[in-house]
Amino acid sequence: MNAEEIKSSITAVFAGSSADEAGEWPVVAMDAEDWLNRALLLRDTREWLFDYLFCVTGIDWKTHFTVVFHLRSLKHRHSVVIKIQVDRDKPQLDSVSSVWRTAEFHEREVYDLFGIRFSHHPDLRRLFLTEDWNGWPLRKDYEDPVNMIKL
Amino acid sequence: MLEELGTTEQGDLIINVGPQHPSTHGVLHLVITLNGETIKKVEPHLGYIHRSIEKMCESLTYRQFIYVTSRMDYLSSHINNHGCALAVEQGMQVEVPLRAQYIRVIMDELTRLASHQLWWGAMAMDVGAITPFFHAFREREMINDIMEETCGARLTMNYMVPGGVAMDLHPNFRKGVKDFIRLFKSKFDEYDELVTHNVIFRQRMEHVGILSGQDAISYGTSGPVARASGVSCDVRKWMPYDIYKQVEFTEALETAGDCFARYLVRMHEMKQSLSIVEQLIDAIPEGDFQAKTKAVIKLPKGEFYSVVETARGELGVYIISEGGTTPYRIKFRSPGFSNLSALDHMARGGKIGDLVAIMGTLDLVIPDIDR
Amino acid sequence: MPSLEEISKSVHDLLTTALPPVMALLTGFLIAGLLVIGLFTVLGLVLVFMERKVSAYMQIRVGPNRVGFKGTAQTLADTLKLVLKEGLTPSGSDKFLFNLAPFLVLITSMLLMAPIPFARNFQMWDLNIGVLYITAISSISVIGILMAGWSSNNKYSLLGAMRSGAQIVSYELSAGMAILTVVVLSGSLKISDIILSQQNGWWIFKGHIPVIISFVIFIIAVTAETNRAPFDMAEAESELTAGFHTEYSGMKFALFFLAEYVNIFIVCAIGAVLFLGGWMPFHIGSWGAFNRVMDYIPSSVWFMSKTFFLIFVIMWFRWTFPRLRIDQLLNLEWKYLLPISLFNLLLVTLVAIMGWYF
Repeated sequence: MNAEEIKSSITAVFAGSSADEAGEWPVVAMDAEDWLNRALLLRDTREWLFDYLFCVTGIDWKTHFTVVFHLRSLKHRHSVVIKIQVDRDKPQLDSVSSVWRTAEFHEREVYDLFGIRFSHHPDLRRLFLTEDWNGWPLRKDYEDPVNMIKL
Repeated sequence: MLEELGTTEQGDLIINVGPQHPSTHGVLHLVITLNGETIKKVEPHLGYIHRSIEKMCESLTYRQFIYVTSRMDYLSSHINNHGCALAVEQGMQVEVPLRAQYIRVIMDELTRLASHQLWWGAMAMDVGAITPFFHAFREREMINDIMEETCGARLTMNYMVPGGVAMDLHPNFRKGVKDFIRLFKSKFDEYDELVTHNVIFRQRMEHVGILSGQDAISYGTSGPVARASGVSCDVRKWMPYDIYKQVEFTEALETAGDCFARYLVRMHEMKQSLSIVEQLIDAIPEGDFQAKTKAVIKLPKGEFYSVVETARGELGVYIISEGGTTPYRIKFRSPGFSNLSALDHMARGGKIGDLVAIMGTLDLVIPDIDR
Repeated sequence: MPSLEEISKSVHDLLTTALPPVMALLTGFLIAGLLVIGLFTVLGLVLVFMERKVSAYMQIRVGPNRVGFKGTAQTLADTLKLVLKEGLTPSGSDKFLFNLAPFLVLITSMLLMAPIPFARNFQMWDLNIGVLYITAISSISVIGILMAGWSSNNKYSLLGAMRSGAQIVSYELSAGMAILTVVVLSGSLKISDIILSQQNGWWIFKGHIPVIISFVIFIIAVTAETNRAPFDMAEAESELTAGFHTEYSGMKFALFFLAEYVNIFIVCAIGAVLFLGGWMPFHIGSWGAFNRVMDYIPSSVWFMSKTFFLIFVIMWFRWTFPRLRIDQLLNLEWKYLLPISLFNLLLVTLVAIMGWYF
């Protein structure tokens, strides 16, 4: 499938999702609703088969968070970027670590640095920082006068 | 050891391997649960060298942030730089001169060779053979000398910049590389004699730490680890960047998925890298080594994701730009991070010795994982 | 060269004429003790230096070459450093056992020194069950290692000690079997008798293939018994940091280190005695002239060169091979070496009964 086909087929299946204009890969934006089932569909639908999750990124847009999933199908050799908008006051998203095992670590990283809670995650703890760390460092409003260097 | 965990209720032994341990090659901390000698669980505790490079990059300009990335996977710093340069070039819409592309690919492959040589020595040391380490360093030293002549550095190169490379090749470069190729070819058989065909080594490696193809995909592994499980994922083949399109090489693939398969893949990759360098070294065209770019780079609003194949696997550089001179958010998808997540799965049911062998063949570089 | 007995007798006579009997006896003890400790230290120093040079050669390095003449004083300097270092006893350890363990290991190897024949008529104690004595005493060292591992209150130490316990106990069997083959052939447990039985040829040449097999098994087994790579399970620095002596420092660590090297010397000396004729010169059948030239080389030189050759072989192993895994190590012993050596012993018995050896 080429980029346009992927975009149109995904937006057709998932209600409330919209194709986004962006770089080399098709981008589909959606909200946090029902993410786990959608992830399963993305992995198992025969035309998509996005079996390889290679990047999970959190972005703080000051008004909301976006969690970006970069997916690739190693069979069809196509990729897609799924962007999920997450509420900033109550950041919560389904964990997809049961769909892609690698998500367990990646989600812990996002949790550690952004404070986005992944529900049903098997082991949601801080990954890089210590357990008693205060705040979420990669948020834009994070202040750390001791460890941060202002340029 | 940081915490005294003692034993579990079932009488299993809990051991802290690291952060200071001879076989973790850096500050990796694993908490392993043991039943006698058999491993029941491996839990990595990360962050001992977490410098939050992603946060730092948010306040660095597009020219500056590349230098920080040399410190991620310090064994393939050229390739890290390359990935960042590609992402920035994607945003700048700039065409890199052919000469620079050649230089970049040659440097990448030399780095891959050096990295695999270090891995080869360190892995042999993990399974108890100390001598190969010195043999590997003998050849690696030559690459370091070549790098030093051209880039002025031996480890953190900072050589690739948006638009090309920072400076032209040293006049001795071609001769140095050719000497190295000649020497390394004659020494490569020695590697096989010393380690590959050794009965004990084979026993330690074969049928140990098996990762099936399906698991390799699910755990998001890449690079030699995934290719040893039969997953064809070489970025240089599937999404070729710079002049990899024109280079002839085969992707090393094995199907067994055990430690020995990972070993063979890397050995095969060394040969392929050597052949790539051989193909390109005489074909470097004359011309500019850097495209004309503005002193201050501004990227348009948008997202730029570049993928490169480092010695450890797929490195992704994800730049989110709001149209300024610094990235709004930058994300490095590091290969070691995903590869490490499969460690628990592979090591379960094995012995402590197996864990060490698996870690050796995963080729972990901790700053790459922690970032 | 005068025999050890004569030397000790003359010293004893000298002391008894000069001092009252009790004092003479005590002085005699003191001199003997100092000599043994001196011998120990010198052996340790030489072997550590040799190991460093051998490993350097194999690893395309130079090795120690600064301290003293061509680096020969390097190990002396290292020993000095170890002596001056603080010997830490970790809190929570069993202090008595922790401090006792290195001495136990060292005393074991000191005891093993007694029946070693360094040259013709130069043996401290030629007891009539010499071989049995060696096999019996050498098993005591495992207690010291277990003691060290247990009392350290460290899981790495404990695992290392457990490994080494399993390993030494199992490999002792094969080593014992290999020693027995020579005992069967020579018909004596006495070390001097075993050497004399090799007057007309060493057992490795006289005993056909069975003895060569048992020699190979012996070398493998003693490498494992002395915890040397590729069988250094007890230490396994990439797995268990330093195994049973993880918590030891300073002189207590040095004692373990010393004991390891002296143990290597002892097992190689025993190998040389049993299979390579001890201090017997190399003779070829009826080549009278050749044999006489060989006789001119002192017996101590013969003994030492054989022993050091075997030591070199064991070092060679260490710097070439990767380490086995613990289950593979035990498999090798129980599934391969032990059955082979049992069968081999039968074969040798047959050879001995039928008189098929030269």
